[in-house]
Amino acid sequence: MTAPGPVIDDEEGGASRAAGGLPAWLPKVVLPLVLLVVLIGSWEAYVRLNAVPGYLLPSPITVYLATFRDIPSLLPALQTTLTITGVALLIAMVSGVALAIVVVQFRWLDYALAPYMVILQVTPIIAIAPILLIFFETTTTLYSCALLVTFFPILANTTQGLKSVDHNLLDLFKLYRASPGQTLWLLKLPSSLPYLLTGLRIAGGLALIASVVAEFAAGAAGAKGGLAFRILEAQYRMLVPRMFVALLLLALTGVAIYGLTSLITHLALRRWHESAIRRES
Amino acid sequence: MTDSRKPIVSLKAISKTFSNGTVALSDMALDIRQGEFISLLGPSGCGKSTALRIIAGLATASTGTVDWPSATYDPDGRPDREIGFVFQEPTLMPWATVFGNVWLPLRLKGISKAAARADIMHALELVGLAKFAESYPRELSGGMKMRVSIARALVTQPKILLMDEPFAALDEITRFKLNNDILRLREQLGWTVVFVTHSVFESVYLSSRIVVMAARPGRVVAEIDIDVPGPRGEDFRTSEVYAQYCRKASDALHAAMGANDHL
Repeated sequence: MTAPGPVIDDEEGGASRAAGGLPAWLPKVVLPLVLLVVLIGSWEAYVRLNAVPGYLLPSPITVYLATFRDIPSLLPALQTTLTITGVALLIAMVSGVALAIVVVQFRWLDYALAPYMVILQVTPIIAIAPILLIFFETTTTLYSCALLVTFFPILANTTQGLKSVDHNLLDLFKLYRASPGQTLWLLKLPSSLPYLLTGLRIAGGLALIASVVAEFAAGAAGAKGGLAFRILEAQYRMLVPRMFVALLLLALTGVAIYGLTSLITHLALRRWHESAIRRES
Repeated sequence: MTDSRKPIVSLKAISKTFSNGTVALSDMALDIRQGEFISLLGPSGCGKSTALRIIAGLATASTGTVDWPSATYDPDGRPDREIGFVFQEPTLMPWATVFGNVWLPLRLKGISKAAARADIMHALELVGLAKFAESYPRELSGGMKMRVSIARALVTQPKILLMDEPFAALDEITRFKLNNDILRLREQLGWTVVFVTHSVFESVYLSSRIVVMAARPGRVVAEIDIDVPGPRGEDFRTSEVYAQYCRKASDALHAAMGANDHL
């Protein structure tokens, strides 16, 4: 993460400044904003000049106004989607790490499971949803889909991390007669943390996608329904601006999850891991 | 060296054959006594690191025995070797501070941070890194990391310190400095050391006895006592007697190597 703002004690006086004296982060902030204004302006102009009806393509202003009107009614749906995403992610974290520990401990289990892990991972989950729906109620199906999708990146990355422990450090622990529990807790888990967190960042994005896609396939979660269900509902009722508002909420949720998992990674690794350290040059 | 003292550890007819058929070590015998500084000197493939790992219990000998005559044995029949081991790389945990890394051997014995603090700080003072207790390994230079590794090895006050080419990856200036540190610490603490190296100069500078080894199969070809009493320093590195010992060790090394052997 590069912190915007002036760098104190900058010897070269240019590390964070582009030629011409402007801070280097300025174009990274300004240019996307300029592009945003251009795109929204063109959209507004297109709708006005061609007199496109609002039920086909609402203008940005219409969507903006709809935001205030619709957000209160969409918030419970957002909450439902967030709950499914968050709970699935949490269960995936705990069970993925636990299974990774067991798999690394027992090589034969690794061999037995490996092909099925790959099959489950590459199978599009949306195709499993209708089958799951036969066995479970809708809410359980949604949780299962989100869990299936998030589980594997965490399992695969953590397994890789647990297998990549420095052999000399393993020898050192053996030399000092560390118990298996000590070796796991003091060596293997911290050592695989960067891998686990990479899995978490991947899984965080996938969890949201899975909970939305699964709801498209399986229907409303519980009485209220999630954002995906509300998008379908708005489509049936030709409430196109509301579809855009729901989409916006989903996008913001995705960004928030990404930000949160990146923040967790940064906080956990900032003191020691190469990936989280700012280089001075 | 004829010495009536009881050895700390005694290797008898040790051989090691790897699963691919390579004979890493053939019929090695070695007694290591209190206060000795023994270098295992030889080219790569001579089994010097394998011998060290067998002493440490990190590898098992195919045949032969390793005796610890004065060690206590635990209920499972394993000797309490009281070893400190320094690897070729610093082998520090990057997620732990210098303090945390040196605490590790004591922590694994169940000693709390508070109870271990005095020992840890003492070990860090001995290697001159007390100020860096709260630093992370990535913030240190290669030489400083190696010092942390040495502090970690000595924090348990081991009976014997095993060092596996600890300075091979360091630049020469740092290496000389650490050589002097090792000699000083040995003087202060009365260490018994087994030191693996492929440097003739390093082994003569540090050792009280050099075990010269050769490859294919890995074996001991000569033992040279370095009979230089008193504290050694930079003067010794440029002295006549040092040069003579270096030539002697170098000759023994080359005599054992066939024309087709490469260093």
